[in-house]
Parts: sequence; structure tokens; C-alpha cells
Amino acid sequence: MRNIASLLFTAGLAFLLLVIAAQLGFGEPPMRIGGDILSQAPAEVGATNIVTAVLLGYRGIDTLGELSILFAAATATGLVLVRGRKDCEHHAEEPPGGFILRTGADLLFPLLLVVGFYIIVHGHLTPGGGFQGGVILAAAFFVLVLARPGKDGSGGMSHTAIAVVEGLAGAGFIALGLWSLWDNGDFLKPMLGHGVMGELLSAGTLPLLSLAVGLKVGAELAGLMTQLAEQPATAQHPHQHPHPHSEDGGS
Amino acid sequence: MSALNLDTLSFAAILYAGAIGLLVIGAVGMVMANHLFRMVLALAIAEAGANLLMVLTGWRGEAVAPILGVHEAGVPMVDPIPQVLVLTAIVIGVGVQALAVSVLLKIHRIYGTLDVRELRRHLELDICRDAGIVPDGSREAPAGERPLPPPIPPSIPARAAAAASDRPLSDPTGASQ
Repeated sequence: MRNIASLLFTAGLAFLLLVIAAQLGFGEPPMRIGGDILSQAPAEVGATNIVTAVLLGYRGIDTLGELSILFAAATATGLVLVRGRKDCEHHAEEPPGGFILRTGADLLFPLLLVVGFYIIVHGHLTPGGGFQGGVILAAAFFVLVLARPGKDGSGGMSHTAIAVVEGLAGAGFIALGLWSLWDNGDFLKPMLGHGVMGELLSAGTLPLLSLAVGLKVGAELAGLMTQLAEQPATAQHPHQHPHPHSEDGGS
Repeated sequence: MSALNLDTLSFAAILYAGAIGLLVIGAVGMVMANHLFRMVLALAIAEAGANLLMVLTGWRGEAVAPILGVHEAGVPMVDPIPQVLVLTAIVIGVGVQALAVSVLLKIHRIYGTLDVRELRRHLELDICRDAGIVPDGSREAPAGERPLPPPIPPSIPARAAAAASDRPLSDPTGASQ
């Protein structure tokens, strides 16, 4: 009965979406604001990459909201998993990663860092920006964590350092917005003039905002993944219930 | 858009159908799966479908990416706003999945299973134990309220003693079946 109801629901959902999509007019975006932004963004913001101009210029406060959602997810994960980290202290060490994995991680780490920062600081010029580069930064640190599992690992980074970077980046984003509010009365309005379009130091405060977003996203995701990686294997734990059931109980 | 011929139309229809299909597959998986980790995977699939659908609403047949200076001026560009929304949605999706997986880890550590049906049974028992009541529907406490039996007059000592030994029902673990 429950399956029939859910199938009916999803069939209705599919029908609804298909009808909406059929009325959209293929290849003819129904939204006019996109065209307006495309025509006005180069003069107003001065960024070559219009996606970044929208992300940090026109919709900066939404980006702040999205950063706070990410922060909430990371904090909640830390709260949920905080017991596991304590259990991990007196838990068996995980097997070492091996020579090839460690050397590969060491080689990959600086390259990933360079690529991540390049993508972050060129966010207003080329495809990329804070979110994408931040994910690459997080991947750089996570490669280290994966290659050196166990206590001494964590890629040599501590949760405190991650939290400090994350907090500073978030505070920097808000500080830039408050500076703009102080200066011309609009929160998160791009400042510092436009510069020459297409150069690295152009588009005002957009590169700075992009850097803040990148550092924050990188720190959040690195913290999330590190916390998940530090979890002990659950199977060896004593359960509250004496007869743990098999993990695969699906279908 | 003079370049909107039949090929573009059918191409777009395939794209839309694919995105909606992913979304629906994810929704079906989330509702019908009995394993929590499969629900998380279905959530990821549905999210991919939703992101694709959103990007597709800004798609145009002949348009290029909204980056200035790569193509000559005057070429139509795709709508940048759905791209911005999806850009943040992807990263947030990763965060939400990490949160979901961490909750799953906790559940598995406590109950030793991720099967929804077994978890429901365990949870009911635990809630009843914490509340200090006998689980609903068990033999000792059928569903619904039931008035307490009238006090047995002490004039019948044998029945009073039997009732006193029979009454305490504070051990719900034995009452589950």
C-alpha cells in the first residue's frame, strides 16, 4: 500500500515536471533577468566571468546564506560525531597507507593546492571561483588524510587550525560586506572600482570575496571529511543491542 | 533564435527527460528504499537531477558560456543565474550528504543496523523504555487506554497477593513479542 502510494506520488511528480518542461519553450529561457544581467554586468561589476559577478555581486547575500548553511552542516556533523572521536583515541591504529600512496599524496598535495588557489583567485576571469576552488583545496587536504590514516595523520592539520581558517574566512566575508555598508550604504556591494577588465586585479572586491568563500568552503569540507575519516570502524564496537543484525537488510 | 530547428528541439527534449528521470528515480529510491544508506544515495541522485533541470532552464541552443572575452561580442550567452544557483547547491549538497552519512554512522554504532524496519522496532522499544511504559500492542498493554482494575478487597488475601505479583509491568523487553 505504501509502495503504491509512493509510486503514484512520484508518477505525479514526473508528470508535473514534464508538463512544466514542455511549456518552457526549449532553448528560450523564460527569465528576463538573465538577459538584463548579461547586458549590464560587464559595466556594473567589471568581472569577465558573469557567473561570479552574479554570485558575489548581485547575489552576495544569498552566497552568505549558503555559506551559513554549509557552516550549519559542518557544525552538526561535528556535534553528531564528537563521541566517535573520543572513542577513536583508544582504538586500534588503522593500517598504514604504504609507500606509493604516501609519495603520490605528497606529490599531489602541492599541485592540488596551486590549482585550487588559481581557480579561486581567477574566479572573476575564468570559469571557477570560490566554491569550485574551495572544493579542490579540501580535496588536497583529504588526499593527505587518506594516505596517512590513523592518529598521527589528519594530514598534519588539526581541527583547531581548520576552525580558525574557517572562522577567519567567514568573518572576512562579512567584514567586506560591512565595509561596503559603511561606505556607501549597500551590504556586500562590490567596492574599490572596476579596474581594467580581464586583469587579475580587477572587479573591485570580487577576488577578495572569492578568496574568502574559497577558504571557507575548503576548510568546511576538509573538516567534514576529516571527521568522517577519523571515525573508527563501527563493526568492532559493542552495541547496545546484543545481536547486531546484518548490515544489508534492504529490499 | 532562428537556429532553433528540430534537432535542437529533440536534443533539448532528451536532456529534459534525462534530468526529470534522474529526479524521479531519486524520489522513488528515497521513498521505497528500506536501507538508510540507499536513501542517501537516492538523495544524491535526485539532487543531481534537480541540478541538471535547473541548469537546463538557462540553456539555449546556440549560446556560449557567460564568460566575456572568449568569444566575439554579440554571441548569445546562456542564462547565468541558474548556473549560480546550481553552483552553490552542489557544494551544499556535499555538506548535507556528509551530515546524513554521519548520522548514519551514529545510528549504525548504536543499533548495529541500517534497515528501516528493524530500526523502527528498536526505536519503539527504546522510546517505550525511556518513557517507562509498556510497548503498545503487546500482550500486557493492548492499544488504547484501559481503566485500572478495581482494588481487590483485602478480604480475599490469596487473590490480592496474586494480583500484586502480576501487576508490575516495568520490564518492556520481555513484552516485545
